[in-house]
Amino acid sequence: MDPLLLLEQAFNGLQFGVMLFLIAAGLTLVFGIMDLVNLAHGALVMIGAYLATTLVAWTDSFILGMILALPATFAVGALVEVVALRTLYRRDHLDQVLATFGLILFFNEVVRIIWGPISLYSGLPDYLSGHVEIIPGAPYPVFRLLIIAVGLAVAAIIYFIVAHTRLGMLIRAGASNNEMVGALGVNIKSLFTFVFALGAVFAGLAGMMLGPLTSVEPGMGEPLLILAFVVIIIGGIGSIRGAFIAAIIVGLADTMGRVLLPVLLRTVVSDAAADTAGPALASMLIYILMAAILVVRPRGLFPARTG
Amino acid sequence: MSKRIVMRTISLISGVAMAATAATTVTAETVKVGFITTLSGPAGIIGKPMKNAFELGLEHIGGRLGGMDTEIIYGDDKRKPDVAKQLVNKMIKRDRVQFISGIIWSNLLMAVHGPVTRSKTFLISSNAGPSGVAGKKCSKDFFNVAFQNDMMPEGMGKYMTAKKISNVYLMAPNYQAGKDMLKGFKRMFKGKITGEVYTKLGQKDYQAEISALRAAKPSAVFVFLPGGMGINFVKQYAQAGLSSQIPLYSAYTVDAISLPALKDAAVGTFGVQHWSPDLGNSVNRRFVSEYRKKYGKTPPFYAAQAYDTVMFLDNAIRKAGGIGDRKKLRAAMRVGDFPSTRGTFKFNNNHFPVQNIYLREAVKEADGSYVTKTRGVILSAHGDAYAKSCGMKW
Repeated sequence: MDPLLLLEQAFNGLQFGVMLFLIAAGLTLVFGIMDLVNLAHGALVMIGAYLATTLVAWTDSFILGMILALPATFAVGALVEVVALRTLYRRDHLDQVLATFGLILFFNEVVRIIWGPISLYSGLPDYLSGHVEIIPGAPYPVFRLLIIAVGLAVAAIIYFIVAHTRLGMLIRAGASNNEMVGALGVNIKSLFTFVFALGAVFAGLAGMMLGPLTSVEPGMGEPLLILAFVVIIIGGIGSIRGAFIAAIIVGLADTMGRVLLPVLLRTVVSDAAADTAGPALASMLIYILMAAILVVRPRGLFPARTG
Repeated sequence: MSKRIVMRTISLISGVAMAATAATTVTAETVKVGFITTLSGPAGIIGKPMKNAFELGLEHIGGRLGGMDTEIIYGDDKRKPDVAKQLVNKMIKRDRVQFISGIIWSNLLMAVHGPVTRSKTFLISSNAGPSGVAGKKCSKDFFNVAFQNDMMPEGMGKYMTAKKISNVYLMAPNYQAGKDMLKGFKRMFKGKITGEVYTKLGQKDYQAEISALRAAKPSAVFVFLPGGMGINFVKQYAQAGLSSQIPLYSAYTVDAISLPALKDAAVGTFGVQHWSPDLGNSVNRRFVSEYRKKYGKTPPFYAAQAYDTVMFLDNAIRKAGGIGDRKKLRAAMRVGDFPSTRGTFKFNNNHFPVQNIYLREAVKEADGSYVTKTRGVILSAHGDAYAKSCGMKW
C-alpha cells in the first residue's frame, strides 16, 4: 500500500483518537477519583453538540457559538452532579449504572422534546471548509486538522492542570484517598462538582466538533461512550496519560483496521469472503486489542495508584 | 367420552366460524386499511412524508376507497420487526383490516409477509421490495406498488456502461440490502470495478474510506447509503474536496429527504429512481403541487408511493365492485392501470411493478431550493430479475 495513503490514514486515526481522548478524559477522572461509573457521559457529548448547534445558529458566528457552548455545558455538568450524582458515590457500582442509565433515557427524551426527534445537520463556515495539502496529492480538510490541534491542546492543558497546579494536586490526592483529603480540610464536595463539570466540558467539546462532520441527534453519544470505556480500560482507570495513549492507539487501530483488513484478507481468502469478514473483523479489532492488553496488563497500561 | 369432547369441539368451531362469517358480513361494508410506517426515531423523516402523502391521497378521493366507507388504522413500527409483527397481528385480529400497507424496510416486510398473506389479508408494500418475496416466494396476496430493490442499481449499472465509464468504485453498508444493491449494479455494469467496500451499517464518519477511495483513483464512485449514512457520506465527500474531482453516482441516497440537509454538497451528483417530482404527467403535477402547498416541502419518492397506494386501492375496489369477492378484487388489483404519479402503472407476474428507471441530477433552483431533475430514461418498462423464478401466472 502507498506510504502516503498510510500517512493520511494515520492522520485520520489521530483525529479519531483525540476525539476519543476528549470523551475518555472526563470518564476516567470521574471513574478514578469519585469511583463513579457514569454511563450518562455520552449524553454530555450530545448535550454539548446540541448546545453548540443552537448557539452557533443564534449568534450567527461559528467560533462565538462554540465558545459560549463550553460554559453552558459546564453548567449542565455541574447541575447533573449536584442534583443526581452526589448521592451515588457511596452506593455500589450497580446502583450507579442503573441511575446513570436512567439519566441517558432522561437526556435523550429532553433533547427530543426541545429539539425534536429528527437529526440536525449543520455546516462549516467558509474559512473552515477548505483544504490543506499537507500530504502531496491528498488535500486534507482544515476542520479535521483543527480537531487534531484542539485535541492535542486540551491534552496539554489537562496534563498541566493535573501535574503542575494545586487543583491537580488535589485531584491526584483525591484519586488516592479522598477521605484523607477531606479530613485535611479540602472541600471535597465542590472539588468533585468541579471535576465532573470539567469532564462534561471535554465531552461536550468532542460533541461540538463532531456536529459539523456528521449529524446531531438523540442518542448520538452512546456508541462513542462504549469506545471511551474501552479507552479508559486499556489506559488504566483514573490515568489521564493512559487515556491519551490508549485513545490514540484505539483511534489508529480502528481506522487502520477498517481500511487495511479487507485489503489484507483479499490476499488470503476469496474476495467475497473478504468483503464480508473484513468489516466484521475490523469492528471487532479494538475489543480484541483490549482483551490482549488486559491479558498482559490486567489493570491497563498506566494504572493510577488508587487505594 | 372422547366422542362427546369431539362433538363439543366441532360445535364450538362451527360456532366460531359462524361468528367470524357474521363479523365479515358486518364489516364488509367498510374498507379497513392498516397503514404501518416508521414515525418515531431518526427514521421518522421517511415515515412522516409517507403518512402525509397517504392522507393527501385519501383527501383527493374524498376519503372513500372505491366509493365505500373507509377506515384507516395507522401504526408506528419504530423500525423494529417485532413491533411490526405485533401491529399486523392486532390489525388483522382485532381491527379486521382487509389490507395492510405502508412498510418502509425490507427486513420488516420479510417479518410480516408470512403472517399477513397466510391470514387472507392483502399486503401492499408502499416501499420495501426485497428479493426474498419477488422470486420463488412470491404470493398472490402480496402486491408491491413501489419497486424491487435491485431495479435502481441495475439502472445505474446500465447508464454507466452506456456512458463508457470504467474504473468505478463501489460502496454500500455491510448488510443484506447493501450486498443486493451492488449485486444489482454489477448485473448490468460491464466496465471495470476498481474497488468494492462495505462499511458498517449506520456508520457516521467516512473519512478513512474517503482517503482510501481517493488513493484508488477511480473515474467515478457509486454508492448506496440510504438515510443518515448518505447525508454524512456526501457531506464529507464534499468536505474532502472530491465532488469536483470524482463524479458521484448513487441510489436511494440523494433525494428530497436528504437534499435539504445536503444542499450544495449534493448538487451535480447523479442518482437513479423510478419517480421524480418533475415527471410531467397530470397526476404527478397535481400531487407535487398540492403536497408542497399542504406540507411546505417537496415530496420524496416514498411519499409518491404512499399516494399511489391510495390510488391503487381505490381503483381496484371500484373495479371489483367492493371487497366481498377476494378473487375478483385480486384480478382488479393485477390490472394496475390506476392514476399513478408515475404516469402509467403495470404489474409483473410476481406483483412487482414494471416501470421506467430515470436518471436524476441534484440541482439548485432559482428560488434557492434543492431538487432532483429528470435527465432521461435509463431503462424503460423494466421488470425485476426475480420475476422469472416466481411461479405465478395470470
